[in-house]
Amino acid sequence: MSEMEKARAQTDFSDKPLCLSGRGVTKVFGFGDKKTVAVDHVDFDFHEGEFVSIVGESGSGKTTLSKMLLGLSNQTEGEILFQGKPRDIGTGRKKREYWKGIQAIFQDPFSSFNTFQKVDAVLLDCINMRGGKHLSKQEKTDMMTEACNFVNLKFAELTNKYPFELSGGQMQRLMIARIFLLKPKILLADEPTSMVDACSRATILDMLLNLRDETGMTVIFITHDIGLAYYISDTVYIMEHGKFVEFGKADEVILEPKAAYTKRLISDVPKIHEEWDLSTVDLKQDA
Amino acid sequence: MGKVMLEVRNLKTKYVTRFHEDVYAVDGVSFKIEEGKSLGIAGESGCGKSTLALSMMGYYFPPLHYMSGDIIIDGKNISGLDPDEVRKTILGTEIAYIPQAAMNALNPTQKIIRFIEDVVRAHQPKKDKKEIRAMAEQRFAELGLQPGTLDKHAVELSGGMKQRTVIAVSTILNPKVLIADEPSSALDVTSQKMVIKMMRELMEKGYIKSMLFITHELPLLYNVTDDIMVMYAGQIVEKGTAKEMVFDPVHPYSHGLMGSILVPEEGTRGQKLGAIPGAPPNLKKPPNGCRFAERCKYATADCRYTSIPEKPFGDGRMYRCLKGVDELKEVYSGE
Repeated sequence: MSEMEKARAQTDFSDKPLCLSGRGVTKVFGFGDKKTVAVDHVDFDFHEGEFVSIVGESGSGKTTLSKMLLGLSNQTEGEILFQGKPRDIGTGRKKREYWKGIQAIFQDPFSSFNTFQKVDAVLLDCINMRGGKHLSKQEKTDMMTEACNFVNLKFAELTNKYPFELSGGQMQRLMIARIFLLKPKILLADEPTSMVDACSRATILDMLLNLRDETGMTVIFITHDIGLAYYISDTVYIMEHGKFVEFGKADEVILEPKAAYTKRLISDVPKIHEEWDLSTVDLKQDA
Repeated sequence: MGKVMLEVRNLKTKYVTRFHEDVYAVDGVSFKIEEGKSLGIAGESGCGKSTLALSMMGYYFPPLHYMSGDIIIDGKNISGLDPDEVRKTILGTEIAYIPQAAMNALNPTQKIIRFIEDVVRAHQPKKDKKEIRAMAEQRFAELGLQPGTLDKHAVELSGGMKQRTVIAVSTILNPKVLIADEPSSALDVTSQKMVIKMMRELMEKGYIKSMLFITHELPLLYNVTDDIMVMYAGQIVEKGTAKEMVFDPVHPYSHGLMGSILVPEEGTRGQKLGAIPGAPPNLKKPPNGCRFAERCKYATADCRYTSIPEKPFGDGRMYRCLKGVDELKEVYSGE
């Protein structure tokens, strides 16, 4: 274990200032008999510079929660606090102001970009959003080059390309370059590596960690892969049917799980040093 | 040594693009699978895993074209057969294929039993419907699927159930080889486990004789298959048993790939992930030398210009690198 890794494993975030927190956040779809409670009275505290993972299976409410965090949908009940103050995103102007503080990387890189916008226009937009409109052309180019270097892309090769001319891994890295330029307080990554293969996944994860270390932003990482969550995060929240069944430091949650659901989730993942027990599977139970 | 169920000898296939350019997607692949054994293929996106699977079952529809090589299933050479003939005589009985999006392969307007009738009647046109139903009910019960599923439509089933149904339908005629192309990558871990358990039962009960499993999830391959091959840019770069490949990879590419495994086990957090920078070569003009040389940390000038043959070593293992096994291991241990 390197020194950096050791430091990462031991950092305690509880005394850091709060970045985003929620009290009794609930989302209900439909009403009457058809009511579905997607997110059920969840409380959470995300601190500055913390790498948080939210882990759960399909349909556990991860994406609904992330939409509420981003302000793309409103919570039915409860309160979300941004930097200690209740969040106000009532108007378009306030929403845009909020989005300067929180940005996202989505699962599908192919639908994350505007097809008609070239790569440099995408990056230029980010600089303008950060109030860099008055900068000279050279300064803007330098900033874009720096961002591309950070994600191992060559800006000179990209300038005249459209996003669809890039591969999935490259697009996802371009997305990280955007975040690098925008420097938000919070980055919400919704399964950013589920559509890329193992090698690109390693590259992207390392970049996210570097980004966090360099800018000190809070990263909220949403995934169904518990192995990945364990590798990357400081804090892990386990979600089942809209509720957090367990949360805590990654080492504690993954290596000494307490909730039955967490235990099952961990035992269902194929491992390489331990036997993967298939005898517990009852094929008839699903039917 | 068991009976060889599937043998592929120096298989070469290509895609022809709209602009009449050739893309050599599978370039000289050879391997064998014995009866009762399973083989896994790992590699990154675009390395030719799925093309290899399609080529093996004779699915030569444009833009995919057969070039050369032999595919021998249980002593019968099927290479170069007409696709229509392959469908009538080979698919379902000799070889079965589960595609990546198997869950979407079911026609929503048909009941599950219709698919089974289709498969069976393609090979035995005179078979009675009642007989087919009895056969299907028995097989479904053995695999833990409720016989009632037969009268359901695909939309009434969950993702994991659909995937298991597809597997049950495609193996109803006891094929000799089952090719599974990422059968569980769209499922969550619990359903994945059920799919794998079912495939294992098919093997144990002898309904399928051998299996080829394609995925980029290495921990899964390690747990499911006996042997693993790593593919890169249309070629096999290393082959060995699952244990050897995960804990003792030789080729620099496999070494990098195994370094990127993520599992929820103690010690994973401390390790450095083995990211491999760069992108694979363009297969329209594959390089003369080693295809991995551009991305390899240990490449020398020789690597770029010398064509590298498959080099056997150890107990039936093979790798494709200019450097010696001991030399490579020494380099890795020094890191």
